[in-house]
Amino acid sequence: MTDVRAATGWTTSDSELERVREEDERLARERTKIARDGPGLKDAELAARLDRTWRRPPGIIGWLATVDHKEIGRRYIITALMFLALGGVLALIMRLQLAEPGNNLVGAQRYNELFTMHGSTMMFLFAVPVMEGVAVYIIPLMVGARSTTFPRLNAFSYYMYLFGGLMLWGAFVLNIAPDVGWFAYTPLSGPEFSPGKRSDVWAQMITFTEVSALAAAVVLVCTILKARAPGMTLARMPIFAWAMLVQAVMIIFAMPAIALASGMLISDRLVGTQFFNQYEHGDALLWQHLFWFFGHPEVYIIFLPATGFVSVITETFCRRPIFAHTIVVLALMSTGILAFGLWVHHMFATGLPRVGYSFYTAASMTVAIPTGLQIFCWLATMWEGRPRFEVPMLYVVGFIITFVIGGLSGVIIASVPLDLQVHDTFFIVAHFHYVLIGGAVFPLLGILTYWYPKITGRMMSDALGKIGFWMVFLGFQLAFFPMHFSGLLGMPRRVYTYPAGLGLELPNMLSTIGAFVVAAAVGIFVVNGVVSLYRGRLAPANPWGAPSLEWATPSPPPAYNFPHVPVVESRTPLWDTGPEMPVLTGLRVDEKEMLLTTVVAAVPDLREPIPEPSLWPFISSVAVGVFFISSIFSPWAVPFGAIPCTIALIAWFWPKEMKRTPEPVIS
Amino acid sequence: MSMGRRAPLVLLALGTGACSYQNYQSTFGNAAIEARQFNTLFVIFLVVCAVMYLAVVLFLFASILRRRRAGEANVVEDGRHHLSSPLMRSALIGWSAVVVVGLIGLAIASFFADRSMAKAASGQKLSITITANQWWWDVQYNSADVSKMVRTANELHLPVGVPVRIFLRSNDVIHSFWVPSLAGKQDLIPGRDNDITIVPSKVGIYRGQCAEFCGAQHAHMALVVNVDSFPDFIKWWQHQLQPAQAPTTPEAVAGYNYVTSRQCGACHSIAGTPASGTVGPDLTHLASRRSIAAGTLPMGQGNLYGWVADPQSLKPGVHMPTIGLEPAQLHAVVAYLETLK
Repeated sequence: MTDVRAATGWTTSDSELERVREEDERLARERTKIARDGPGLKDAELAARLDRTWRRPPGIIGWLATVDHKEIGRRYIITALMFLALGGVLALIMRLQLAEPGNNLVGAQRYNELFTMHGSTMMFLFAVPVMEGVAVYIIPLMVGARSTTFPRLNAFSYYMYLFGGLMLWGAFVLNIAPDVGWFAYTPLSGPEFSPGKRSDVWAQMITFTEVSALAAAVVLVCTILKARAPGMTLARMPIFAWAMLVQAVMIIFAMPAIALASGMLISDRLVGTQFFNQYEHGDALLWQHLFWFFGHPEVYIIFLPATGFVSVITETFCRRPIFAHTIVVLALMSTGILAFGLWVHHMFATGLPRVGYSFYTAASMTVAIPTGLQIFCWLATMWEGRPRFEVPMLYVVGFIITFVIGGLSGVIIASVPLDLQVHDTFFIVAHFHYVLIGGAVFPLLGILTYWYPKITGRMMSDALGKIGFWMVFLGFQLAFFPMHFSGLLGMPRRVYTYPAGLGLELPNMLSTIGAFVVAAAVGIFVVNGVVSLYRGRLAPANPWGAPSLEWATPSPPPAYNFPHVPVVESRTPLWDTGPEMPVLTGLRVDEKEMLLTTVVAAVPDLREPIPEPSLWPFISSVAVGVFFISSIFSPWAVPFGAIPCTIALIAWFWPKEMKRTPEPVIS
Repeated sequence: MSMGRRAPLVLLALGTGACSYQNYQSTFGNAAIEARQFNTLFVIFLVVCAVMYLAVVLFLFASILRRRRAGEANVVEDGRHHLSSPLMRSALIGWSAVVVVGLIGLAIASFFADRSMAKAASGQKLSITITANQWWWDVQYNSADVSKMVRTANELHLPVGVPVRIFLRSNDVIHSFWVPSLAGKQDLIPGRDNDITIVPSKVGIYRGQCAEFCGAQHAHMALVVNVDSFPDFIKWWQHQLQPAQAPTTPEAVAGYNYVTSRQCGACHSIAGTPASGTVGPDLTHLASRRSIAAGTLPMGQGNLYGWVADPQSLKPGVHMPTIGLEPAQLHAVVAYLETLK
């Protein structure tokens, strides 16, 4: 006792110190009574008790309140695929309209709505959310965690996304869909040239998806950096986790630019600010800078997760780790950084200074270097390995053949003199569909086939998968390769019709036929997904013989993901350890708890209590949604709409009484 | 796989066939120095990119075929998955070098093309101001002598071999001036002054089209460019300098009276008459042009009737209203418009 006083300089009385010591001993006794996983509690009994702790409450309330990343991820994926289908139907209508010159299937106004809805849906409601949805589902499993960090924020992110999408499509049904293109250039989208509410709907849809994407990005960054299994140092982290880390950090840097831009557009339209009005000292081009500062990274926000998918599939089906892992990781990071220095290449025709253009030409070409290196590394992995051409691997081959065409046409349009001709023509339409469908949707279809057994517990049909792959691959080339020619033959983007006699008839007809082949293939994929849910072969824990941790737990995974926290000793843990994975025990089973580790070395750091399911994220997102939607109609929605938001957030974050037994950090 | 590769090749053949199809509105038109330079540079890029693509595809197929030779692979089944061959490690370095050198070469080629275009375009002789409107082009030939200035719409006449500087403005939203057979595009942005210089090199008729989405009728915002021999161009200019001729037939006179005293003159101007509106295209020599309503319809009596009677059904959303003319008025207006040669 005197030692304690000497060490601390406190003037605590003997009796006081005695009381503290007794309290310590009491807590230590309490702790021994806490149920933990370990030698004393394992297998069936452990599973039953963990399930009781982690299972969400039943009923509709429990369904809305869930914070299970697997449920949220699944909803994200299904919702995004529905928006893909809706956006695809719009594309088919557009292709029918363009099938022949002077066609009159849909008029100018409707066509303008169609391509605006198609672009906005595909970019904001399908491509980004589906990547986040897959990551929200798989990342915690892949890094060996029981949950994402901030699970309630994760739920909030999904509901915001859903409401944003429903608003846009509700507006379409009510005939107030936006009609100014997915990048809504001012002054066309401003108050003078777009009266009515169409542009406001577009701008607020962007606001919804910004909030949602930022929330999901924060969840993913923290999960990847802090929730990795012990031993999974940064050097041993799977490439998909790296890709998602870079992507999420990019979202955090890119989204504020579009948040600013859409906010300025809304206030120009709603309260008469003049940010983009050149006659009141605003600037029409400011919009383009802000939009593309977000818009170009956006492409990589979609593409980088897809490269992660390619790495995952290539590794598993070539039966060896990715060749030059470090190079691939560095390529991801440098792509993420370079992506922020390219935006002006969307503005080569706006008459900015020539010297500035040269910089952006060079920067745009530079970004081809890391991508070229990644391609080499995948090919070298195939070369060194023994590739098995299951359906996911077929998609990787289709990806390389297709995406590289898009990448090289990207090099062509990085050159100012070439871009000035093909800019805003169907050549560009061909380019970005090669990059986004070839580069992102092909890997996505591959990875959905790959992770389907993990998510559902059943395998997808192989035969249907192969038919679907060949149809989507060939149909895609038929639909989009001719667009290079329609662009070079002088067909601008976003025209609802074109005159006969320019040589555009044949390429357009081929594109239309190809589009329907792709649609049929996507239909086959969906049928395969639905039928396999009931008829598919039951999947074991690791049907593909894959190396990463998500396959170390049953398919589908239990609510708590892993009975014991896995310990990682290499980059490919399931290939390098025997049948018995090393594990770390001692997490509580009577309350939801996860292990946090240090950022770089992944040494156990903290036990983190995981919040219980709660309705407040849902209620908050309803409040924010009402706020956003009503602010389309009146500026008073801002002060009054903020009140329910504030109340909901206060309730969400209301401090709970600490009932837990205090525990020291494990060492 | 082989079928997947063959499809684009077939299309390539189709495409090259289509290249010779028309020079009317094609980036392969080669009708100006700028368009020629585009084509040269495009071929250079295409060759380099094709070589890169071939390298990727060959590597891909080599890796796929190689798997049949079992035993040499560094895979988990053989317990060698942590190994990689020295061959691939040096290939990685070689690959990076090729990519970097290729890209630097392309960037330099691009810079040189850009500079030489700027050089070819210096020493302008003719100055034109084009002002874009939703959805038509206002064209003005500038001259220090005001009496030599010509105003027309949706049509451009350029003398072959003479560098022309075109100043680009917009009255409403952003548009983009693009005549693919002559040169790349340049935006017309409200509140900003842009310009483009073109040196036409081949006599002919070409079509251009707005290339930046500008609202409902973006698809119908075209213009016709006539590249004339120098004498023809001067002849055209002299003709344009004339005011509209007074109508002679009774019907045309009735049309003249309607056009100059009723709605039409509020938006359109006809030199030499009281019609002096500026928000619609100049009509002084309307009947000498090749198209109506910014390339929406070919010029002709039937189309003039259709357009004057009901522009809203031919170009929905156009700012010209359908005013519901009586048949007699319609006949008169069209008869007068046809005299505006």
